[in-house]
Amino acid sequence: MIEIKNLHKSYRTGTNALHVLKGIDFSVKEGELVAIMGSSGSGKSTLLNILGMLDEADEGSYTLDDVPIKNLNEKIAAKYRNKFLGFIFQSFNLINYKTALDNVALPLYYQGIGKKERTERAYAYLEKVGLAQWATHLPNELSGGQKQRVAIARALASEPKVLLADEPTGALDTKTSYEVMNLIQEINDEGKTILIVTHEEDIAQMTKRIVHLKDGVIIDDKPVKQVRALAHV
Amino acid sequence: MFDLDRWEEIFDTIRKNKLRTFLTGLSVASGIFIMVILLGFGQGMQNGIQKQFQRDAANRISIWPGVTAIEYKGLNPNRRIQFKNSDYTLAAQKYSDQLAYKSPLYRIWGGLVSYGKESGNYRVEGVLPDYQFLENAEMLDGRFINHLDFQDKRKVAVIGNKVKTDIFKDKEEVLGERIEISGINFIVVGVYTDPGGEREESRVFLPISTTQQVFSGGNNIDNLSFTLPQEENFEAALATSQSFIKNIEQQLKQKHTVAPEDESAINVSNSLEHAKQIYDLIFIIKTFFWWVGIATIFAGVVGVSNIMLIIVKERTKEIGIRKALGARPISIIGMVLQESIFVTAIAGFLGLITSMLLLELIGPYIQTDFIVNPTVNFNVALSTVIVLIVAGGIAGFFPARRAARIKPIVALRDE
Repeated sequence: MIEIKNLHKSYRTGTNALHVLKGIDFSVKEGELVAIMGSSGSGKSTLLNILGMLDEADEGSYTLDDVPIKNLNEKIAAKYRNKFLGFIFQSFNLINYKTALDNVALPLYYQGIGKKERTERAYAYLEKVGLAQWATHLPNELSGGQKQRVAIARALASEPKVLLADEPTGALDTKTSYEVMNLIQEINDEGKTILIVTHEEDIAQMTKRIVHLKDGVIIDDKPVKQVRALAHV
Repeated sequence: MFDLDRWEEIFDTIRKNKLRTFLTGLSVASGIFIMVILLGFGQGMQNGIQKQFQRDAANRISIWPGVTAIEYKGLNPNRRIQFKNSDYTLAAQKYSDQLAYKSPLYRIWGGLVSYGKESGNYRVEGVLPDYQFLENAEMLDGRFINHLDFQDKRKVAVIGNKVKTDIFKDKEEVLGERIEISGINFIVVGVYTDPGGEREESRVFLPISTTQQVFSGGNNIDNLSFTLPQEENFEAALATSQSFIKNIEQQLKQKHTVAPEDESAINVSNSLEHAKQIYDLIFIIKTFFWWVGIATIFAGVVGVSNIMLIIVKERTKEIGIRKALGARPISIIGMVLQESIFVTAIAGFLGLITSMLLLELIGPYIQTDFIVNPTVNFNVALSTVIVLIVAGGIAGFFPARRAARIKPIVALRDE
């Protein structure tokens, strides 16, 4: 599903170049649930941003679902993001003046789907994350956990190949974190490929594979015995 | 543009961001509003000045005597010149083929005019029949002074409409009524109106022959008025009138033994020259108002682009989210631009409609001689709105393009 080879990325701040990713080789198969771990500054978020086509690598190759991702212009990047990827952010990033339902329907709007079908599909995904009765509420009327579940519904709505989650539980308390992780595990059980960036060990243990990053290189990549989140809820 | 979903998306944004929309709209609407009101008052001023100007024939030439300033042929300066009937006859005969209307005038200042118990002081002027056209007076009732009145020295009077309402009050039929002017009875034969308004209608005209006789005027006259025949071309008319004035002035100076270079003994007023000055003045006023209006619009455009920049800044995160969800740059530009153009257009037309309504409503109630019926050309106002919308669109485009270039990763970075 994801195939990256010899990925390099550096940021230029004034005269200093900060080499963040120093040659990453990494692949993910369909249906995997992978945690990318590392301390801050290890390059894990940069890696995720490159995977999400939100940022571009300086060097190396990236193939997503057998499509080489390179020399993207904004238009094609937008199309690929919409078609291949679903994002889940630490700070949810819902549009605050749109209802939960409209937020979930937004990626479908950018796919050019008609309003009626958009609403039906968005509603189905809200039901899936258990928030159907909150459909007409604005984000600020929802709790953190609910917001993240709306964000997950939104990420799923465009039926992407891969879900990319950047610290999805970073802004949530433990109980809510486990509820969100339970939802993510359920989605993974249905066969969706999911990548999670996290620095929390217990969250990482709930995935199937942990990749450790340090100073821009992968220092460890091993499968783990998955801890089901439901047991802790 | 006709994508229904896009419109729904825009209406949604507008509905959820009322304050922002209101502020953008306000700056545009007030710009248009001020512009239209200014243009309206510019037009009103022009109307007012033109109306003032209509009180006399447009090409009237008036000549009246003054006091000499220069010693000449042994005569002292400060000598008062008095026109006589012979001055008029001389001029009238000599230039008879050049003149359209001509009349001398003998004036009694502060003539007391009374009817029954009502009385008032008015300008009482002895004139010839032609004077009606020199004054631009229009008869409301009866007739003006005629030749027989002059010949027979009849005691008849033509009164202005203001005089009629003052001394006859509500009385409708005033022809044939006897009025007293400074103690002498006259019969009213006509009532006139004058586009110059009340001031011009506060006068009483008598035959000049009668006036000179009964008010001991001898054969003195105060003023000579002429018009030349109409000419197609304003410049040509002005040139003809100037050469006529030069001739008659020279002739009168000679007759009254006035130095040719004496400017104060014979006074001449040429309405055509006034007309030129007034048209120049109107042009300056209108140019000024246009300039102010354009500056206002420009300020409006700057305001719109400023607000657009703020909007884009404020929406950076939202734009980042949209891009992460698959919004193409063109759709971001479209969204920002279409919203701004829509708001500008609605606000612009709102400003246009309210300002035009205001002009329509209060315009007729403005009672001053200098502003009459302020209106604005609808096409001009409409094109202003369109210019503003286009300018607003262009001003909005750059922030929109900047918005489209925002990298989602930058926009989504947590502060």
